[in-house]
Amino acid sequence: MTAFIIYKAIMCVGIFVLLLASAAYATLWERKFAAFLQDRKGPSRAGWGGLLQPLADGVKMFMKEEIIPNVSNRALFILGPSLFMVTAVITSAVVPWAKPVIIGGQTYDLQITDINIGVIYLLGVASIGVYGIMIGGWSSNNKFALLGAVRASSQMISYEIPMGIALIALIISSGGSLSLKTIVEGQDAGLANIVWQPLGFLIFFICALAETNRAPFDLPECETELVGGYHTEYSSMKLGLYLFAEYINMFISSAVIATLYFGGYNFPFAHEIYAKLGLAEGSAMVSLIGFGVLLAKIFGFICLFMWIRWTLPRFRYDQLMNLGWKTLLPLSLFNLAATVVVEYFRGNIHF
Amino acid sequence: MQLTNRKVVVSNKEQSLAERMYLPAIAKGMMITASHLFKKSPTINYPDVKRPIAPVYRGQHVLKRDDNGAERCTSCGMCAVACPAEAITMTSGERKKGEEHLYREEKYAATYEIDMLRCIFCGLCEEACPKEAIFLTDRLVDAQFERKDFIYGKDKLVEKMDARIDVSKRQTPEVLAFKKVEGLKHNELFDAKKLNKGHKH
Repeated sequence: MTAFIIYKAIMCVGIFVLLLASAAYATLWERKFAAFLQDRKGPSRAGWGGLLQPLADGVKMFMKEEIIPNVSNRALFILGPSLFMVTAVITSAVVPWAKPVIIGGQTYDLQITDINIGVIYLLGVASIGVYGIMIGGWSSNNKFALLGAVRASSQMISYEIPMGIALIALIISSGGSLSLKTIVEGQDAGLANIVWQPLGFLIFFICALAETNRAPFDLPECETELVGGYHTEYSSMKLGLYLFAEYINMFISSAVIATLYFGGYNFPFAHEIYAKLGLAEGSAMVSLIGFGVLLAKIFGFICLFMWIRWTLPRFRYDQLMNLGWKTLLPLSLFNLAATVVVEYFRGNIHF
Repeated sequence: MQLTNRKVVVSNKEQSLAERMYLPAIAKGMMITASHLFKKSPTINYPDVKRPIAPVYRGQHVLKRDDNGAERCTSCGMCAVACPAEAITMTSGERKKGEEHLYREEKYAATYEIDMLRCIFCGLCEEACPKEAIFLTDRLVDAQFERKDFIYGKDKLVEKMDARIDVSKRQTPEVLAFKKVEGLKHNELFDAKKLNKGHKH
């Protein structure tokens, strides 16, 4: 029992640190990547080539004056960013990070918890995430913040529906399990889910962009129209939490996309390569390689997120709603129907 | 009557399916931004790397000393007369006994001020100077918070003995020869033959 608690504690702390570190460096990479796309240099003064920039940003955020408007609802004003950060972090609980390690005959899953409704948990936590924005924007008692919050909530609701339907199609074609561990292991034996769900992936990816409030769906913090959007009144580390949680969300979204559609920690010819290298299945080295592969996939998706952000202009709000309800929703329903037909002929569905 | 050939007939035709999907257009746009990933950034890391400036750049002035460290300026006022912006003012002083190592000639500039806000950095002062005392250098005039700080006195203009300023790029033999031509006015190109033929001045 003690060993179990220690192992879970190590997993939780390790993944928490991983999230914070990767989000911190995602902020730096975002600025660097934007600079490269725009023929600039990006931050380069702090540390070696700018490597200490996230630290400097963090210190700056902490040292800034903290302003809580006296017309705001103080308790909710503090709750907003906290909730947003918490929901961003706890999404990581169901993501399988690497192959299970066998130490002393005991199998250790490199996943905080493998719940059998992992996908529903993901959707649920993602929906709670909007409360952080909504509470923050509403409690600021500022028209711009309120508008940003309203936009965020209606955007989340609109895009969760096609996202959920795309996930149903994915679950049908990947064997009917809602556990992320099972989904990943299914892709180890067979092909990655993207092969059977290309349209589903496209829908899920667009919805993931919308759910993380990344450009071109960053209307909640649309600074050209809404000053700062839902975090207009926020300052100091509370603003920092909002901005930071966005990067954690982006990291988790990339991890989830990689896990659901691109085989997670698996890669083509994995078993042949492990056999050639003389690595036993279940050894720490195999897990480490798998973890590295997953991180590489996540990095690729983060780059894609950023690439899109620095290419596409922001949607107008009616265009956003049109895309969500009139395009993505019918498309996801079509995808679901097509998946059912295809899976019936593949023999995975029996009536 | 057709004035230009730039007339374009605007069409409001329906978008095709491919156009309405936007994905090809998005892919095209993303390829444009991606192509910039491989372009060289034109940025110069300024404090570390400095843009090369022309050898004849006209920046902040210097009042030269001679090889013994005595000030060359004799306060003749030629520079102030030549200055189109009237940026130069000076007062003269008489050299006393024992000051020979400080001032090269018997008369010297007791004060010498250039208003850097008036100066247009044309270089006529150095052209006018008969004593090779004033030169424009490749140094930039620093930013200041107040106007009065832009009036540079001798403390800033006279070169320090431990930090001599190289003006050899501006004081070339050709320049010296140019200055020795009698009757030559400013702005005229150096052409001795034309002068000897009695070119009008």
